[in-house]
Amino acid sequence: MAANGKAKRLGMKQRYQMLTRHLDWETSYQPMDKVFPYDKFEGIKIKDWDGWEDPFRLTMDTYWKFQAEKERKLYAVIDSFAQNNGQLGLTDARYMNAAKLFLQGVTPLEYAAHRHFAHIGRHLRGGGARVAAQMQSIDELRHAQTQVHTLSHYNRYFDGFHDFHHMHDRVWYLSVPKSFFDDAVTAGPFEFITSISFSFEYVLTNLLFVPFMSGAAYNGDLATVTFGFSAQSDESRHMTLGLEVVKFLLEQHEDNVPIVQGWLDKWFWRGYRLLGLVAMLQDYMLPKKVMSWKEAWEVYYEEQGSALFEDLSRYGLRPPLHQEDAIKEKDRISHEVWGTFYNYTHAAAFHTWDVDDEHLDWLSEKYPDTFDKYYRPRYMMWREMAEQGKRFYNNALPQLCNVCQIPMVFTEPDDPGVICFRRSEYNGDTYHTCSAGCKHIFDNEPEKYVQSWLPVHQIYQGNCGGASVEDVLKWYHMNLGADNMDYHGSPEEKMWSEWMAGRHAEQVEYPPVKAAE
Amino acid sequence: MARNVSIVLQDTADALPIIEAIKSDNPDAEVQNMPSLVRIEAPGKLVIKRDSVSERIGRDWDVQEIQLSMVTLSGNIDEDDDQFVISWQ
Repeated sequence: MAANGKAKRLGMKQRYQMLTRHLDWETSYQPMDKVFPYDKFEGIKIKDWDGWEDPFRLTMDTYWKFQAEKERKLYAVIDSFAQNNGQLGLTDARYMNAAKLFLQGVTPLEYAAHRHFAHIGRHLRGGGARVAAQMQSIDELRHAQTQVHTLSHYNRYFDGFHDFHHMHDRVWYLSVPKSFFDDAVTAGPFEFITSISFSFEYVLTNLLFVPFMSGAAYNGDLATVTFGFSAQSDESRHMTLGLEVVKFLLEQHEDNVPIVQGWLDKWFWRGYRLLGLVAMLQDYMLPKKVMSWKEAWEVYYEEQGSALFEDLSRYGLRPPLHQEDAIKEKDRISHEVWGTFYNYTHAAAFHTWDVDDEHLDWLSEKYPDTFDKYYRPRYMMWREMAEQGKRFYNNALPQLCNVCQIPMVFTEPDDPGVICFRRSEYNGDTYHTCSAGCKHIFDNEPEKYVQSWLPVHQIYQGNCGGASVEDVLKWYHMNLGADNMDYHGSPEEKMWSEWMAGRHAEQVEYPPVKAAE
Repeated sequence: MARNVSIVLQDTADALPIIEAIKSDNPDAEVQNMPSLVRIEAPGKLVIKRDSVSERIGRDWDVQEIQLSMVTLSGNIDEDDDQFVISWQ
């Protein structure tokens, strides 16, 4: 007790000690190896779990306090947005397609992260590590819930939002994010935390959230901006955890270095491939643009990443394998992905469109080395075909990469004119991958990737609702003619045009809210 | 040359005094405004001081309140009761 009779307040560092590892104990009724059965089989050696230090020194009591404050702020905005018909302030209804892709592709990953952080929050042996994982588990649940809640407002008016979780489990392009996360949660606890907290959250997630949220702000999507930043404030804690984990593993034992390096090589490439969807979103789906994929990549990967890997080199870690290929692809990846979705717009639960001239010029300016040479001519041809009533749809099902599950649409790192594919043999069968990066991952764990649930194979095997495209899309729960196809001619375009015309009318009848599904 | 560290804060009324404090305590810091965001970058190290923020808001600022305004960062973190430091060693 201090002299004035009040308990002396502990400093942040002491409080953290008391409320994390001092709550932990060595079990005696059961051996520790039976209580924590999963933290040794990966070969990671931990000499001293007390070496784990959360630099934010967040304890559960302050955690609840700050999270509650974040929720209060967020829900004030969500309510206000809904009450004031915030959807009318969007720059253009085409923007909504970015939000659909986010809800279908990313939100279910937040939920999966919630589940798996709960798992490792139980199964890591160190008290500090368990507390950090438990907080992250709750964070991820909050992200999933607030995203669903925020975007539910758009579901009243727009298509493609109505059954995102079902779609996530079935739709061909959503198998890309789903299989990424399934790969992570079926790994051991240290690989999981290296893959998600470090490789994805520290190294790559800025590319998803920062330009996307800035883009949302630029395009009048107040609701998304607010949940995005609310989530991102947790994210900076997760990133820091990721960096701490990696440093901790490297410091504990030199035998850990090659294991961590292998995970980094794998998960850098897995995460980078997943971000192909974000590259498209950034370059094509924001009516008002903030920065190009290439610019974001240069700031958030090349610049920040090189500072990071230089810092980690003292532990014997080098930058991830195949990073050079990713750098070579920065001038192409968004165009190659958008082109694919334009081809398959009939099978996607969001809209595509003919890219207008002003946007084409922006792309030429941002991609001077590639756009006019490779991609503009392609778009001009598609436009011409559409004008002649022969809008191009690709009706063949594409070959998929056995690892990232993206159709084989990427080109050779040194030749943008040639489709890239690689081949591996395993137990007498041939498997194809989209890149040296994915082949490397396959060849290290073929027994895992031969089990991939590849949508195209599954459709051909008759496991996806039927033999026709329509059967499969219905099995996906797509509303045909509303969720899919070009924006031009869609019910959404019609609704939006009426809203915009209504801005200048004295009396407006807005379209009714859609009936609940 | 020291490698750059950075922090991105929301462009909000809550973050403004933090940004002002960073600018005055870190003369090398470069501030870049983006839609809804403010990105601050500096060679080697950035320090956010409790006293500097408290002075600007007229009440005691808890360093952990930065969590309410932070979007992302790059660098190693060290936080105690008086300051929040981002650095590359």
